Amino acid sequence: MADKWTYFKSHAKLVSPANKRKFKILVVGTGLAGGAAAASLGELGYQVHCFCLQDSARRAHSVAAQGGINAAKNYQNDGDSVFRLFYDTVKGGDFRSREANVYRLAELSVNIIDQCVAQGVPFAREYGGHLANRSFGGAQVSRTFYARGQTGQQLLLGAYGSLMRQVHAKTVEMHERHELLDIVLVDGHARGIICRNLVTGEIERHAGDAVLLCTGGYSTVFYLSTNAVNCNATAIWRAHKRGALFANPCFTQIHPTCIPQLGDEQSKLTLMSESLRNDGRVWVPAKADDTRPPAQIPEGERDYFLERRYPAFGNLVPRDIASRAAKHECDDGKGVGPGKRSVYLDFAQAIVRLGHTTVEQRYGNLFAMYDEITGDDPYHTPMRIYPAPHYTMGGLWVDYHLQSTIPGLFVLGEANFSDHGANRLGASALMQGLADGYFVIPYTLGDYLASHKHKPVDKDGPAFFEAKDNVTGNIKRLLDNKGSRTVREIHWDLGRIMWNKVGMARDEAGLKSAIDEIARLRDEFWSNVKVSGTGEQLNKDLEFAGRVADFLELGELMARDALTREESCGGHFRTEYQTEEGEARRQDDKFMCAQAWEWTGDAKNPKLHREELTFEEVSPGQRSYK
Amino acid sequence: MSMVINLRIWRQASKDAQGQLVSYTMKNVSPDISFLEMLDQLNDQLIKEGKDPVAFDSDCREGICGTCGLVIDGVAHGPRRGCTTCELRMRHYKSGDTITIEPFRAEGFPIIKDLVVNRSAFDRIIQSGGYVAANAGSAPDGNAIPIGKDIAEEAMDAAACIGCGACVAACPNASASLFTSAKISQLALLPQGHAERQNRVLNMVAQMDAENFGDCSNHAECEAVCPKSISIQTIARMRREYMAAALTKH
Repeated sequence: MADKWTYFKSHAKLVSPANKRKFKILVVGTGLAGGAAAASLGELGYQVHCFCLQDSARRAHSVAAQGGINAAKNYQNDGDSVFRLFYDTVKGGDFRSREANVYRLAELSVNIIDQCVAQGVPFAREYGGHLANRSFGGAQVSRTFYARGQTGQQLLLGAYGSLMRQVHAKTVEMHERHELLDIVLVDGHARGIICRNLVTGEIERHAGDAVLLCTGGYSTVFYLSTNAVNCNATAIWRAHKRGALFANPCFTQIHPTCIPQLGDEQSKLTLMSESLRNDGRVWVPAKADDTRPPAQIPEGERDYFLERRYPAFGNLVPRDIASRAAKHECDDGKGVGPGKRSVYLDFAQAIVRLGHTTVEQRYGNLFAMYDEITGDDPYHTPMRIYPAPHYTMGGLWVDYHLQSTIPGLFVLGEANFSDHGANRLGASALMQGLADGYFVIPYTLGDYLASHKHKPVDKDGPAFFEAKDNVTGNIKRLLDNKGSRTVREIHWDLGRIMWNKVGMARDEAGLKSAIDEIARLRDEFWSNVKVSGTGEQLNKDLEFAGRVADFLELGELMARDALTREESCGGHFRTEYQTEEGEARRQDDKFMCAQAWEWTGDAKNPKLHREELTFEEVSPGQRSYK
Repeated sequence: MSMVINLRIWRQASKDAQGQLVSYTMKNVSPDISFLEMLDQLNDQLIKEGKDPVAFDSDCREGICGTCGLVIDGVAHGPRRGCTTCELRMRHYKSGDTITIEPFRAEGFPIIKDLVVNRSAFDRIIQSGGYVAANAGSAPDGNAIPIGKDIAEEAMDAAACIGCGACVAACPNASASLFTSAKISQLALLPQGHAERQNRVLNMVAQMDAENFGDCSNHAECEAVCPKSISIQTIARMRREYMAAALTKH
């Protein structure tokens, strides 16, 4: 297994430099995966067309990642290695990911740091000039590289710079403010896409030799999440409806450290980076219903529940475990703040130990953000935090080459399901996006193109018009609906169902009722939604309407997947399956698999396929961070 | 405690249409919500009344993507320093206030609709040289080039730019100097940027001019509104870099 990637690279079929420019590649999305892929393929000489719905490639949601990116550099001399990063990631994912993919990810992690440094990413440095590291959850080594609390932004701007360089070199043509609305298949292969130009409303047909979806995750199915408000599942969902299997849709990550919800009009939740748990201590009052302000609660009457329950990893346990523990304390009445739905993240001792200046250097921008949003100053009073939807491990099923079940349709980054199993460790999303974009797809795409005879495809062919008619019909149906509820109201309703019944804790009865409620809400959407304006203009209401329509189908699939998976693993916690201590209890004999769903024409009857997982290098044990 | 807020919002159907300020009243604004959430509420109200909602750009809603940008009571990103429009909260206003909302205005940023402008000129400035040419796969070990902590921190200060365009909107000359100089400074400070240093500054400044952004005449309005508090010292560095390059290259 350790040699699999090296072997593949040595034996992959190649496209000669002179032939590369004959292939047109459509890359959708410009986050770390898409930006890196489009730039790298441009550097290789392919004709790349790159699409994003933002007004600039630099704004993709990768930009918001705060804390860092893992790499098995072992610069700290603290025992790190490719194997250890691989092992931590497989264990962190609760043994529900594919070993070979994860090993490749760990192997490539070291190249990513080198590449980003070469691009001028201003990573944090030690006084001697060498790269600095911090620790993240689920690891006992310091392997996380960072640029203040803006690591995602800096990595994305590195990829964006490389992408802009290729635009200048005319190997890449950018199509900003374009949203993918369908995939075009010719002879069973992905050969094109249908996009809406978000400024003019024109429905465009684009033909190519392969399609790369790098369109991120679907946490906004919960309405309130840490994701940007334009994040959506439309690209992967429309591909799913064209035949791509959707794997592990119920594997969602609820991040433990987010600013709690403030009211009913809120549009999103804000993450406070996991890096804060390097120095911040999580606690609640030891007794329930203690309403004293935090400063008046003496040390002996506080419960540092993560340190108590998980002494080996303490505050740096993985996200799924930290989130459940916080929920558990709040369910027991020990939560703090309005509605008692939050816990403290306290820096008082860190400020004494390290000094105000050092704490400010490490976390200044996060503290300022917290202060601006809540009006509380975390230098003087503990932050209040609560878990929130943050990342989706599920996504389109891909093979080792990142190819979906539709030949020629590749899926990169968060949009695929491949590397994180049932729970993603912190600082691993950036790693995966860039590994897929810079170092995996340039090889696997070449192998695909060189292995298939490609007939030329014309965007005036019948398949393109069929797909375009499909899109146009959908838009007309939305606009013709003369209902009374707004898209946002229905999205909010969906979010409540998802959060309450397909969220941090799930059970059979709740999931069954969620499936019914989502189906009813979907009917209500199509009979009673009101979408303003026309299709021939910039119309954000229409954009959102299309995305929410897709969420109303995906949400149901998530609930079905969660219902079918009768075990607890990682972020998927079925209350029926827990140990006496309240930890997740896997059912390895029944569910050591990825569940990949096939669209059959309506949301009620998806067909289940299973990819059995085998573990050769690690033995799946009870995941312990004690 | 909900507030009554009076809004005057710039409405413009398309790039070439005549625009005007239109008044709206919001009756139940919670002080806890953000400024953009108030506009979400207004839009729901307009949609229900069968009216066209106000078009505005926004995405991350936590101050990092650079998508949002409104001129609020004459100030790009509004009254709070070091803060994007999406970070602004309604608790900074009081009931009965009248707030005027306009788009970022500049010749280089044509209006698309209402409060949405086209900032593609910024992408073209970066295309002209705002990067280090390092193909994937060709990099040496990350620790091969030590970079002093002070230099790395200063480069990071400049690299923090989110490309929102507030600097242009605030400048009486609609100059893009702060944006352009931030990238030039980051890459001039770091050793990785040195090979292309001179061409970079010459090309990026030429592109900035070609996009019809004005010249910088040291008003420093850009620094005052920059949500990432990028210093106009980056503009001074850009000028030094430009002079040095122009003198040695031509």
